[in-house]
Amino acid sequence: MDISPLVYYGSIFVLAIFVGYYVVWSVTPALHTPLMSVTNAISAVIIVGAIIAMGTESSGTSGTISKIVSFFALIFASVNIFGGFLVTQRMLEMYKKKVKKDVE
Amino acid sequence: MSVDLTASLYLLSGVFFILAIRGLSSPETARIGNYLGMSGMLIAFTVTILNLEDNSLSNLLLIVAGITIGGLIGTFLSKKVAMTDMPQMVAALNSMGGMSAVLVAWAAFLSPAAFGLEINGYIATASMVEMLLGIFVGAITFSGSVIAFLKLQGLMKSAPVILPLRHVISISVLFVILFCSYLILAGSQNDQLLFLIISVLSLTLGLLLIIPIGGADMPVVIAVLNSYSGFAAAIIGFTLNNLALVITGALVGSSGAILSYIMCVAMNRSFFSVIMGGFGEEGIGGEKVKETRPVKIGSADDAAFILKNASSVIIVPGYGMAVARAQNSLKEMVDKLKEMGIKVTYAIHPVAGRMPGHMNVLLAEADVPYDDIYELTEINSDFAQADVAFVIGANDVTNPAAKSDPNSPIFGMPILEVENAKTVLFVKRSLGIGYAGIDNDLFYQENTMMLLDDAKKMSEDISASI
Repeated sequence: MDISPLVYYGSIFVLAIFVGYYVVWSVTPALHTPLMSVTNAISAVIIVGAIIAMGTESSGTSGTISKIVSFFALIFASVNIFGGFLVTQRMLEMYKKKVKKDVE
Repeated sequence: MSVDLTASLYLLSGVFFILAIRGLSSPETARIGNYLGMSGMLIAFTVTILNLEDNSLSNLLLIVAGITIGGLIGTFLSKKVAMTDMPQMVAALNSMGGMSAVLVAWAAFLSPAAFGLEINGYIATASMVEMLLGIFVGAITFSGSVIAFLKLQGLMKSAPVILPLRHVISISVLFVILFCSYLILAGSQNDQLLFLIISVLSLTLGLLLIIPIGGADMPVVIAVLNSYSGFAAAIIGFTLNNLALVITGALVGSSGAILSYIMCVAMNRSFFSVIMGGFGEEGIGGEKVKETRPVKIGSADDAAFILKNASSVIIVPGYGMAVARAQNSLKEMVDKLKEMGIKVTYAIHPVAGRMPGHMNVLLAEADVPYDDIYELTEINSDFAQADVAFVIGANDVTNPAAKSDPNSPIFGMPILEVENAKTVLFVKRSLGIGYAGIDNDLFYQENTMMLLDDAKKMSEDISASI
């Protein structure tokens, strides 16, 4: 008997929540702002859904609307990916500067 | 590419995302973590492209065009945003995440075959429920984040907006959403119209939920919306049967939830009371007893004199420092003090500012070494030995009423015990009340000197006279 996708992905979801719980508690409070911006960036992996919808051979009115809608999803998710990772990087660079200075 | 390989690669990108967050456990490893996060995203993207059904050139160009437009906007925003405006930036990014979830759910609803959701020409019930949930959570995230953004950006009054019967309205909206969902699941012919109604009502609900929440509760709101954007992604992951989405959504969801919890504990407020909103209602409208106790007001010269003669100083920054963009001037002042051999440290309350870690980022921007920065629990006992507590732009997080006055709205909130220092220098624009609408007894203490000016100007003036 095959396990249903809901239970399969549900199990992974539950385990990932536990992983998230322990990993996030290990984040230093000083980096909570970068944590928020990087989680913004990675949650934009939803871009995968947008690309799948863009990449199917669809027909009819709803197929066309579906493509238009997913094109916008693609734009929004890209803003999130680029904005999130780059702003995180910019913040983390500021922390780096000081490590160097201390060594000097 | 085989189904198994595809799934394994999505799992790999999930692992990279876990490592990206794990990296943030220390500033040294954080940058590597961020690169791993980017790599994870690249893997997920590449795998999806390689599995495209329609990989005609025109279609690929369309995808590249979409990513280019979004990428340019994102890159521009990330370069341009000032560090003081990070809360707005995060709210804006959250809204994008919520909107993407809504749009992807719509795309899946309109062409279910593309996602393999059809059974005998109908969308499977489980998939339908997932899409409806995705729309619901995504739309609340979107409109809630937009309101949070407007409030943080000052485009909308940050004070709570209390509608009459707001709970009744919200619950009615929720009820209609549930009813429409039921009709769709029962097989209504007008499912597209119902889907649209649910989307619009969910957007409205997000608006209703966030407008009653005031400015100082924003750290919690941002964290909660961050969490929602994660869960919205995870729900869509169930619809699309996609490992990367399910794992990432769970990670982001729990991250946001933990941050909300930390913020709530730091304010001694229940999660529920923040979400219900309206904090500070009593203090703002009511008639205040005019305060007549004497206040000692000092000049920059007085402050400079006191600081020069101290041997240890603890700086307590707050939102006022962010508003005045005073972090660099403050750093210059501190550098002068340090040259004189005075020990200077920084004490940061978890809810100082408008988002978790807000003060730390600003101080990092001003090049303050992070070894000088301490959290509430690490430093609180040091105030008793400190000569000067220099409070700049913070207020409620130092209010002793939180410990002594059971009637105070902030009673029980952990505070920075600045009143134990020999002298308290309190930089503030005016003698007005703090966000919570309550008076701060600290102003009237013997050992407190108020420095009434803009935080930036005051730091510069003190520097000049040291």
